[in-house]
Amino acid sequence: MAGKKTVFVDSDILVIGGGFGGCGAAYESRYWGRDKKVVVVEKANIERSGAVAQGLYAINCYMGMRWGENEPEDYVRYQRNDLMGLVREDLGYDIGRHVDSTVHKFEEWGLPIMTDPDTGRYQREGKWQIMIHGESYKPIVAEAARKAADAVYNRIMVTHLLMDKKKPNRVAGAVGFNVRSGDFYVFQSKAVIVAAGGASHIFKPHSAGEGMGRTWYAPWSSASAYALPIRVGAKMTQMENRIVLTRFKDGYGPVGAYFLHLKTYTQNGYGEPYEPTWRQSIEDMVGDYVNHEPVPTCLRNHAFLKEVEAGRGPIRMVTKEAFKDPHKEIVGWENFLGMTIGQAVVWAANNIDPKEVNPELVMSEPYVMGSHATCSGAWASGPEDYAPDEYQWGYNRMMTVDGLFGAGDTLGGTPHKFSSGSFTEGRLAGKAANKYVDDLGTNTPEISEEEYLELKEQIYKPLETYRVGRNEITAGTVSPTYLLPLSGLQRLEKIMDEYCGGVGQRYMVNEPLMTRGIELLKMLKEDLKNLGADGLHQLQRAWELHHRVLASECVTAHTMFREETRWPGYYYRGDHPKLDDKNWHCFTLSQYDERTGEFEMEKAPVYHLVDDVKQAAE
Amino acid sequence: MPTFVYMTSCDGCGHCVDICPSDIMHIDPVTRRAVNIEPNFCWECYSCVKACPQNAIDARGYADFAPMGHSVRVLREEDKGTISWRLKFRDGREKHFESPIRTTAWGSIKCASEYEVPSNDAINSQELAHEPDYLKTDQGLPSVTVDHFIKYELAPSSAAKKKSKKVSAQAAE
Repeated sequence: MAGKKTVFVDSDILVIGGGFGGCGAAYESRYWGRDKKVVVVEKANIERSGAVAQGLYAINCYMGMRWGENEPEDYVRYQRNDLMGLVREDLGYDIGRHVDSTVHKFEEWGLPIMTDPDTGRYQREGKWQIMIHGESYKPIVAEAARKAADAVYNRIMVTHLLMDKKKPNRVAGAVGFNVRSGDFYVFQSKAVIVAAGGASHIFKPHSAGEGMGRTWYAPWSSASAYALPIRVGAKMTQMENRIVLTRFKDGYGPVGAYFLHLKTYTQNGYGEPYEPTWRQSIEDMVGDYVNHEPVPTCLRNHAFLKEVEAGRGPIRMVTKEAFKDPHKEIVGWENFLGMTIGQAVVWAANNIDPKEVNPELVMSEPYVMGSHATCSGAWASGPEDYAPDEYQWGYNRMMTVDGLFGAGDTLGGTPHKFSSGSFTEGRLAGKAANKYVDDLGTNTPEISEEEYLELKEQIYKPLETYRVGRNEITAGTVSPTYLLPLSGLQRLEKIMDEYCGGVGQRYMVNEPLMTRGIELLKMLKEDLKNLGADGLHQLQRAWELHHRVLASECVTAHTMFREETRWPGYYYRGDHPKLDDKNWHCFTLSQYDERTGEFEMEKAPVYHLVDDVKQAAE
Repeated sequence: MPTFVYMTSCDGCGHCVDICPSDIMHIDPVTRRAVNIEPNFCWECYSCVKACPQNAIDARGYADFAPMGHSVRVLREEDKGTISWRLKFRDGREKHFESPIRTTAWGSIKCASEYEVPSNDAINSQELAHEPDYLKTDQGLPSVTVDHFIKYELAPSSAAKKKSKKVSAQAAE
């Protein structure tokens, strides 16, 4: 890419990723840091980027403290129960105590939140969820972020973080390229907030043809949330805690409103209830956790999986009764149109009217992310006013790298944040980053020219590799010297599917499988130096693949380290088929060493709210 | 579902290119009209369909699982503040839906810097912007102390488990 410009951008706070976490970070950075230069960089266009690009029909994290509906402690218990005991309760409490102010601001900004005509309160879908008309949820939130930031750089794929050349383990900025102009961007910043997306497409999806884009999580969620911090040695946690979703078949339409609001329920292919059938088998694996209320997401998956394996599929959602009510029918359809339009298309195409047919459900391929019923991500410092010492080494939401903050999918240990919680976490990171920058004074980080020039070379190499290799062959996609990003992606998905617990193996792994998987990932990683890109769009795909592969290595290292089956229904360790609290009621932490390519694993303690521990003992 | 573009309606304005979260709507260099260059990376989010001023973009369910003959059309009207949907089943049945999209004027959000400059006390507190007012309780921001948390003790032999795993040699860069 000789001839392409290098553009230098200086900032006090650099926000990478303009989804909900990033928009929250931009808003709060500006609120507290009136004199700060706040820059947002986004690989698409923040008007419609991130997981909420197509809208949402519910806000799944709202306490309702003003009506006495829930307190932050209740939310922590809900997170802990659903995730089989392992969450960062300090971080969860923090989301819980702040999230209502976020939602009230959204309403003021113009988000249509439904109200219950009887009580005048927000219309509850379930204990934690409120219902919205959220087609424009993202554009509304993006408007606030755009006004807050000094500049928003759209269409820039951030590939690497830059480290300070003066002080070790301190971030200094990031590099990337503009996917339209090809220009090389060097961002120098005093603080960096990573608010990028989690990982779809690291496991092979059910549909491998045209429909491979219809994954549950957005195909543009390319694991940048993890790869950026992993590479610079930030500690990661719970990366093994991938999530598998029970969803409507093929379109992955959400089931939350159906279960909670429409009161529909599931049955097997013969019209029988099946969850009670598997209760004992779950108890044999996980003990008392089977008694959690509500039943943890993974355990409900387990019953689904076993019932299908027993030959009594397909599992269906019983909708015919509920859809007789015209109001519920509208809610059922608008729920999809507001956030998963593809499911409406699938039903229209198949003549499925849930008034007359009970639609099929499916268990998805696994995803790695940090804001739904799962909590993979970076290990972060907790709130200053109460986090235990082992959870506190600096500023709230700062990773184990100085000046590097995170929000949303990026940070681990905090499930069930969803849209509002991710925005709230961005706000927390934004406020903390502002304080960090103030405290730096004149001791500011400096980028290294040598480092960014070396990265520049790497970043554009796939264009050159393709240009040279393309002349070797007549035509077509088959080359002996380069690998196209799609081919590399499909190789990754196959490795992860077969060796790390994908749907093809019914989510089963063991040490010998993963040992082989690690060898295959290593060869794939070596081959990434031969990626070939025929233009800037494919160059973006090439770097998304780099991010997915590094995140996948981390996922595999964590899955290998945790010698138990903590979340049946998400994945199974065949060699350690039971939950083991004595040895594994803890977090798994990894730290990557880029020089050796090794992940060092360790355990970190789980702290619980003391009142709950006392109560359990009584 | 992958989107596609009608040749006679598209004028090549590029709104879809500008909005697509997946970077798959591009302008074809020959026809000078928009085209979905990578249908297998299309999430069916309809961002391009909604953004198209010519209503030139439509979607057809994924070929590998959606029977043909259906359509899901949308009209998003920012000035009216609504979104309207028309679903057509393969067998011809139709359904129509309309929802509000916003309750305030576009562009009306007050910038974070238009609020009073926060005090040093506020900067050093745990409160976020607009708190405690926007919590809408009269309790202030909830808090606990560090004694509210207690460590879960693992079996002594396993607590310090540490393992260095060679997961991958560094790929030569």
